[in-house]
Amino acid sequence: MSIKEVYQAVVDFNEDDITDLVEKELEKGTDIQKVLQEGLISAMDYVGKQFSEGELFVPEMLMAAQTMKKGLEILKPKLGTSGGSSAGTIIIGTVKGDLHDIGKNLVGMMLEGGGFEIVDLGVDVEPKAFVEAAKTNKAKIVGLSALLTTTMPAMEETIKALKEAGLSVKTMVGGAPVTKAFADKIGATGYSEDAPGAVELARKLAS
Amino acid sequence: MIIVGELINASRKAVGQAIENGDAEYIKSVAADEDKAGANYIDVNAGIFVGKEPEYLKWLTLTAQSVTEKPCALDSPDPKAIEAALNVHKGTPMINSISLEKERWDKLLPVVAGTDFKVVALCMSDEGMPTTKEDRLAIADKLVEGLTAKNVPVENIYVDPLVQPLGTNHKFGLEFINSVAAIKEKFPSIHFMCGLSNISYGLPERKFLNRIFLAQAVYAGLDGAIINPLDKPMMGTIAAAEALAGRDRSCIKYLKAYRAHLVVS
Repeated sequence: MSIKEVYQAVVDFNEDDITDLVEKELEKGTDIQKVLQEGLISAMDYVGKQFSEGELFVPEMLMAAQTMKKGLEILKPKLGTSGGSSAGTIIIGTVKGDLHDIGKNLVGMMLEGGGFEIVDLGVDVEPKAFVEAAKTNKAKIVGLSALLTTTMPAMEETIKALKEAGLSVKTMVGGAPVTKAFADKIGATGYSEDAPGAVELARKLAS
Repeated sequence: MIIVGELINASRKAVGQAIENGDAEYIKSVAADEDKAGANYIDVNAGIFVGKEPEYLKWLTLTAQSVTEKPCALDSPDPKAIEAALNVHKGTPMINSISLEKERWDKLLPVVAGTDFKVVALCMSDEGMPTTKEDRLAIADKLVEGLTAKNVPVENIYVDPLVQPLGTNHKFGLEFINSVAAIKEKFPSIHFMCGLSNISYGLPERKFLNRIFLAQAVYAGLDGAIINPLDKPMMGTIAAAEALAGRDRSCIKYLKAYRAHLVVS
């Protein structure tokens, strides 16, 4: 038994055994943070890297994320009491007028896999709902998704609303029609092309 | 099969640049290629240009139709852009598209009410994206009911049941195909229109999956698609799928596709 098995279970999308493996690791007395960081999170980092390189595909990334989540469910109640904290809270949502949720969900799962606390506001989210959620949850980052050229202006509106509310929260944007140039133009703090890239970006922004 | 050529779309880099530079020759060459390859409609989309969409959509329509007799599919949720293009359009256009999302519905319904336009009706509502056959049928029902109430005949409605990516749910291909059959059963004279490529999002060899998916949907009753008509394997697959689904008497269209070197094994 070792932490390597937890890691391997995520990499192999082994949803059946992950719960047992994580529990056994904890019974052995392994530090919770170590199980989280070296078992679950580093496995998801590997999966993300494989995905970005075209070695793994969306359904596999989803399975890995689901496996990771099962493991995380065992750790979560214990993490609170051990003084361990998440990498920070990120608010995510698809902007007003846009109903696409698949890319946003994928990013949410990967961010969770990267150790962040995720508050998912869903789709068709008003700028003021992002502002409220960022305030209430003391979020470090707000992540905005748009899949239509017609809803991209709502990203700008949302970022403006966050700034006007005086929040020091960072923003990251993504979605098929969104580009780095557009992100810069509307004053987003960061842009990522894919879900694993969003994790890397979020780590940079949160540090 | 009703083919809408998808290439004149501003979100494609070369087209976006041609629009900005007023490069009519490029747009004309794409339109002529699509026409020649068998497109029944030439889709025109200037969606990335916020504020200038009406002016650009009109220009695209004029430019494309200067080299083809084919009608255009006017691709915008903005009635101002569609009206601008309608001012110059020749023939009977396809409006791409109305949906059950309240804002879009309210804005576009007056544009199509009482006309003989072909209308793409996208199965999407404010409640979100449909995932099951039942979701799609329920939205299609309301779309057809609402459009026919405003004197758009059923045979001018092209329902887009909305393709969702197979990689995120293993039933998404099946649910789409079943919805085509169910909508066709309920409204026998209805037509379909759909973009296929979303099915293969996040999976390798996307074109391979897109073609097989199309063949399966054709069997269920799909009779329209927004595709790249210059994609020969796709056009060959359409001909084969229609013949196999019993929609090609004496295999005439299949043989025509064969002679056009679209059929490759």
